[in-house]
Amino acid sequence: MEHYISLILKAVFVENMALAFFLGMCTFLAISKKIEAAVGLGIAVIVVLTLTVPANNLIYNNLLREGALDWAGYPNIDLSFLGLLTYIGVIAAIVQIMEMVLDKYIPALYSALGVFLPLITVNCAIMGASLFMVERDYTFGESVVYGFGAGLGWALAIVALAGIREKLKYSDVPEGLRGLGITFITVGLMSLGFMSFSGISL
Amino acid sequence: MADTSAKQVLFGPIFSNNPIALQILGICSALAVTTSLNVTIVMCISVIAVTAFSNLAVSLVRTQIPNSIRIIVQMTIIASLVIVVDQVLKAYAYEISKQLSVFVGLIITNCIVMGRAEGFAMKNGPALSFLDGIGNGLGYSVMLLFIAFFRELLGAGSLFGITLLPTINEGGWYVPNGLLLLPPSAFFIIGLAIWGLRAWKPDQVEEADYKMSRHKAKEAF
Repeated sequence: MEHYISLILKAVFVENMALAFFLGMCTFLAISKKIEAAVGLGIAVIVVLTLTVPANNLIYNNLLREGALDWAGYPNIDLSFLGLLTYIGVIAAIVQIMEMVLDKYIPALYSALGVFLPLITVNCAIMGASLFMVERDYTFGESVVYGFGAGLGWALAIVALAGIREKLKYSDVPEGLRGLGITFITVGLMSLGFMSFSGISL
Repeated sequence: MADTSAKQVLFGPIFSNNPIALQILGICSALAVTTSLNVTIVMCISVIAVTAFSNLAVSLVRTQIPNSIRIIVQMTIIASLVIVVDQVLKAYAYEISKQLSVFVGLIITNCIVMGRAEGFAMKNGPALSFLDGIGNGLGYSVMLLFIAFFRELLGAGSLFGITLLPTINEGGWYVPNGLLLLPPSAFFIIGLAIWGLRAWKPDQVEEADYKMSRHKAKEAF
């Protein structure tokens, strides 16, 4: 249990997807003008990550990894080069299925998430989490926890940035820095803040 | 883009329509792989190759793709190209491919590739699309090399791993600025680069959301 708690804390703070690895930056910068939108997107990312990372973990361990096809009688096959293609397929499929399920059973949430759901497919945080999971050899349980933690960290970062940007629009920024420029510098300062967690070893 | 002459398509994205500074595409990798120039250049070449060939491939099959599944088709094309790049890097530049770790795989979700396939290659012929891919790849590379240049020079006192400013640790005089090797510095450099670019090309400046009203004379007293 303790192992899982430290894994989750590490994924949220020390290895924050957005502020330490710069993953999911495009959506991070594009959809952080309003807090409500940021919260919606954050929740969607948490859900998708918690589903896709374990799904990709199962596929990697049972189908792609070297010697994983042992149960089917092919112990010498190494399909890990197909990984990238598989993960992105799984992500796209899960996002699509989630969209349909939400549309049918929870229409309120579906309309709240709106355009953000399809956008998630190309969010590098999702793909990145799957690749990190493979690189670090997580077990199934760890991958569930890691997916959730990574999503939570990303959601936290985007909501915080949206809060700052809502206040920031009343400030008198130099002309060339307005909009994108000042946002970058803000994110830089936030990331500097998160650096302070990097000394913590769990 | 009204003017679609080949020159415009190839060189436009480098400064006047830079994918990173103006279109906000592909920022993730711009920040993560720029601590040393060697790694950055490999990344740039990979991205240029993937963008150019995915644009070419998407453009070739664009009339055959049913509209409703176009995203999946584009994804598959891009992912296959990235797998090729990944395998080539693993075979010929293993050290660098280790340093790039997951970021080669993340070219798939790099919005530049996807964005250009969707935004340009679906509407234009193969030759122009290929040039557009190279142009956007170059625009991305210029920005990346600019960032990496400052980060490696000021952060480690070297360029391409060759020491230019001998650091104190090695008996020289230069005190390296460690912040530049840490993630936040990349944000600052991009922010400042955007400021510089917009000071040069003022038409890229964004409208303010909120204008401060002028002070009335009475308030001064």
